[in-house]
Amino acid sequence: MIEALHLVKRFHDKKRGTVCAVNDVSFSCRQGQIYGLLGANGAGKTTALRMLATILTPSEGTAIVAGFDVIKNPQMVRTRVGFLSAATALYGRLTAKEMVEYFGRLHGLDEITLKLRLDELFERLEMNEFRDRRCDKLSTGMKQKVSIARTLVHNPSVMIFDEPTLGLDVMAARTIVQFIKECRENGKTVVFSTHVMSEVEKLCDRIGIIHGGKLLAEGTLADLRAQFGIQDLEDLFVKVVEA
Amino acid sequence: MSLRNIGIVYRKELVDSLRDRRTLISMIVVPLLVMPLLTIGMGVLSIALVGVAMREVPKVMILGGEDSPNVVAELNQMKDLQIVPAKLDYAEEISNKKIRAAVEIPAGFEAKLAAGDSSTINIYMYEGELKSGFGADRLQKFFRELRDRSIREQLQARNLPENLAHPFDILETNVAPPEKVGGAVLGGLVPYFVILLCLTGAMYPAMDLTAGEKERGTIETLLCSPVSRTHLVLGKFLMVLTASIATAILAITSMALSFGAGKQMLLSITKGASDPALQITITAKGLVAIFIVVLPLAVFFSAALLALSIFAKSFKEAQSYISPLMIVIVMPAIASLLPGVELSPALALIPVLNTSLVGKEIITGTFHWNLIAMIFLSSSIYAGIAIFIAVKLFQREDVLFRT
Repeated sequence: MIEALHLVKRFHDKKRGTVCAVNDVSFSCRQGQIYGLLGANGAGKTTALRMLATILTPSEGTAIVAGFDVIKNPQMVRTRVGFLSAATALYGRLTAKEMVEYFGRLHGLDEITLKLRLDELFERLEMNEFRDRRCDKLSTGMKQKVSIARTLVHNPSVMIFDEPTLGLDVMAARTIVQFIKECRENGKTVVFSTHVMSEVEKLCDRIGIIHGGKLLAEGTLADLRAQFGIQDLEDLFVKVVEA
Repeated sequence: MSLRNIGIVYRKELVDSLRDRRTLISMIVVPLLVMPLLTIGMGVLSIALVGVAMREVPKVMILGGEDSPNVVAELNQMKDLQIVPAKLDYAEEISNKKIRAAVEIPAGFEAKLAAGDSSTINIYMYEGELKSGFGADRLQKFFRELRDRSIREQLQARNLPENLAHPFDILETNVAPPEKVGGAVLGGLVPYFVILLCLTGAMYPAMDLTAGEKERGTIETLLCSPVSRTHLVLGKFLMVLTASIATAILAITSMALSFGAGKQMLLSITKGASDPALQITITAKGLVAIFIVVLPLAVFFSAALLALSIFAKSFKEAQSYISPLMIVIVMPAIASLLPGVELSPALALIPVLNTSLVGKEIITGTFHWNLIAMIFLSSSIYAGIAIFIAVKLFQREDVLFRT
């Protein structure tokens, strides 16, 4: 379960002064649901998700993730969250196995559990072929699989994806979409941000449209279509943002 | 404080760094190659160059001397000089290195010598030019011997004892231990190189583990983990310190081995000549003591470089911060090499300079324990402050996500 409660994030910028990247954003996502945060570049999606993943601390408001407050118990939140974004790169000089192992250890897994978990993940994601290959020698698709294994190694109950298909080819993007679906099937709570309308239609149980740091509309796809009287999601998005 | 977490981060950074060519070059190749090249290489090269210069028979011009045929004839018979015909532009010939030196014999030189009158021999040479120096030396030697011979003959003619012109000798005897003599000559260089290599060894990993992570986009991946940022930065710091110490140890070992080999080589060539530089003895005790005083400085360098690199957005930006720092740090180390700069309680508080000065004293076999303790303590305090700053910077979002 994720509950964002009036999240605010301000940054100080030398040229622009104080900038409010996220302004009073509240939403919730239940276990076994996928919540899609839809917004253009610079809308505040990444900042909002970074606050949920405790990478950034909110300036105001808070969020309850997997039962823990992101401000009071950030470490407990992190043990229960898997965070994947276009910015979460791999250590190029480590092998696929070493990379996943490292994050398993950082999450406090003991060596026996880690080995079992590694075998299971490498089997499930068909990664055994490149298990001992260095990450900088892997194809984009292989790298995505390693990133997925890295986020799953500690078996988190909450998954946060920040534009996970950005810059990927069709095949690699399909792997990610399939993986997000599997997360829901396995009862995980999933929040993901995107500006790709087709992904939202395919995956999301609930949608939040974010623009200029504010959450402008929220609900199921059917709710939003009924509320704005527009069937096409792209048209709906433009209408909400321009309003 | 979770040592387990710090250990996990440290082990990963160690594996990662040991697979990085640039880190390996700065940590292992440079200290292992630079020292032998500096000592043996430069030694061999200078011996070879001096040997070539010594073997050359210098071309020398005799100016005047028409009324001193015996002196000119003796000069012509010398096997280690080649007399060439005199020319008016002898100065230009020397400057252009066509001849090595010229000697001007004044008019009536032999007659004056026989009569016991004074006269002056002028030797023209190229100051600072090795081969010209050897040519001038041989001419000097010839005329000194001629003068001594003349004095002896005149004394004998007057039935006077030979030692009348040489009533006493002046003899200088060194009473300082050989390692102190050698240390005073070359000892300052040893701690200087160790300090410099401690810094260069830490430089690349510090940038790679922080600014490099930002550039490659792995910092956000790392921050997703539940390990506290303090543990992350301490794990990284230990890796940078390892690189710094490894570089220093390899440099010290390589320096001791290459110095020993170089010394043997020089002694075999010079057949045991008593040059003070050859009497330098770097003892194991001295090396261990240098390592102990350099240790807190290595901690300080590692933490300071890490703090600066954390602040940088990219590897390139980190380099632009660290390059000026290099000069700031190297300057006090160089100041310690200046003659007359001696360790004092006030200087013992200046970082880098204090370590360099105490290292110089240790090499010469002098152990001022009070000052050593003071230096160790002050360097440890500076190191502690630098670690604190690095940890604080790693906890700041505006530093980690600078755009």
